[in-house]
Amino acid sequence: MKPDDFAFFTKYIYDQTGLVLGPDKMYLIESRLAPLARKYGVANIDLLVGQLRTSRTADMQRDIVDAMMTNESFFFRDGKPFDQFRQIVLPGLLQSRAARKSFRIWCAAASTGQEPYTLAMILKEEAAKLAGWRVDIVGTDISHEALERAKSGIYTQFEVQRGLPIQLLVKYFKQQGDKWQIAPEIRSAVQYKSFNLLSDFAALGAFDVIFCRNVLIYFDQKTKGTILDRMAKLLPADGLLYLGGAETVLGVTERFQPMPGQRGIYQVVGSGGGAAKAV
Amino acid sequence: MKSFLVVDDSRVIRNVARRILEALGFKVDEAADGQLALDACKRAMPDAILLDWNMPVMNGIEFLRALRATPGGDAPIVLFCTTETEMTKIQQAIEAGANEYIMKPFDSEIVESKLSQVGLL
Repeated sequence: MKPDDFAFFTKYIYDQTGLVLGPDKMYLIESRLAPLARKYGVANIDLLVGQLRTSRTADMQRDIVDAMMTNESFFFRDGKPFDQFRQIVLPGLLQSRAARKSFRIWCAAASTGQEPYTLAMILKEEAAKLAGWRVDIVGTDISHEALERAKSGIYTQFEVQRGLPIQLLVKYFKQQGDKWQIAPEIRSAVQYKSFNLLSDFAALGAFDVIFCRNVLIYFDQKTKGTILDRMAKLLPADGLLYLGGAETVLGVTERFQPMPGQRGIYQVVGSGGGAAKAV
Repeated sequence: MKSFLVVDDSRVIRNVARRILEALGFKVDEAADGQLALDACKRAMPDAILLDWNMPVMNGIEFLRALRATPGGDAPIVLFCTTETEMTKIQQAIEAGANEYIMKPFDSEIVESKLSQVGLL
């Protein structure tokens, strides 16, 4: 890729998605764009980037953004965050939301669906405590391709073996040839929406817990800060934010602080956004 | 150091499993079929067992049932590791007392993930 094409392309992706692509990502960009050059019938990626500059279509833009996203995910990723959810977060919600009997969870980088489905399975396992409750799990991602896979609920043998206990595979999945499809009652517990974290969050409504794990690492400090500040506004004073193991709020935003003793979970500082006060 | 018994009639698979498990800090012994594995367990119960299904002499599910009926045989954590991927087979294994189930082909990432789920890592 020529230097000015690289500069154009990385700025284009940054403007569209906030994703920062440094010079070390040249190989990644080339290997991800090569299949798209074939799809759009051009001889090489220089020509593809040329089309992106001069005559891009909505489909092409979407495909290119999709191609640059990293959609790696697995069930019960890192284990501990979901133990915390079951042992600390959920009991807290059951108590604090007892009057309204509802809460909403946002998986802000739902990718191919493993995280929201993990939460849906945990909630199903705890169904006895949730009788009469309404729980919304909203899964969003910028990648259309990832969301289509999430909605299908179909996973490879490899994917269902990373993190998913065998008892839950037996309980909540059906075998389909060499693939595994998650049960309709788990699929229907999650609403998926195509969503760019750079855009306005207002349309999503308010949440009680936000999972934003392993996505901020792709953004620069400024973008991280604005995303977290805007997330704080969607949460009530006792709302919680989950970040990935390699992520922190320190030096990024003052709207969140670590939850004492609970690594990876952050509390809203001050009164929060006051979006949906716990009753 | 926790001990692992790898039970598989394929020497290649036993070697692959041994390499992965030793790298994760386990002491590894091997058995080529269910009967040899049962004999080994009666001499000394391992902490965990990686178990193939289809083997000569005594297969994996027969071994597991015999193991769980042996005094002290409820202690080892048993992970099936097999090409049998039918749901009915998985259910059969769980009923017989398997703690986890790995569908071949497997790699170190899957083994590591399963071991941490059952609390061995």
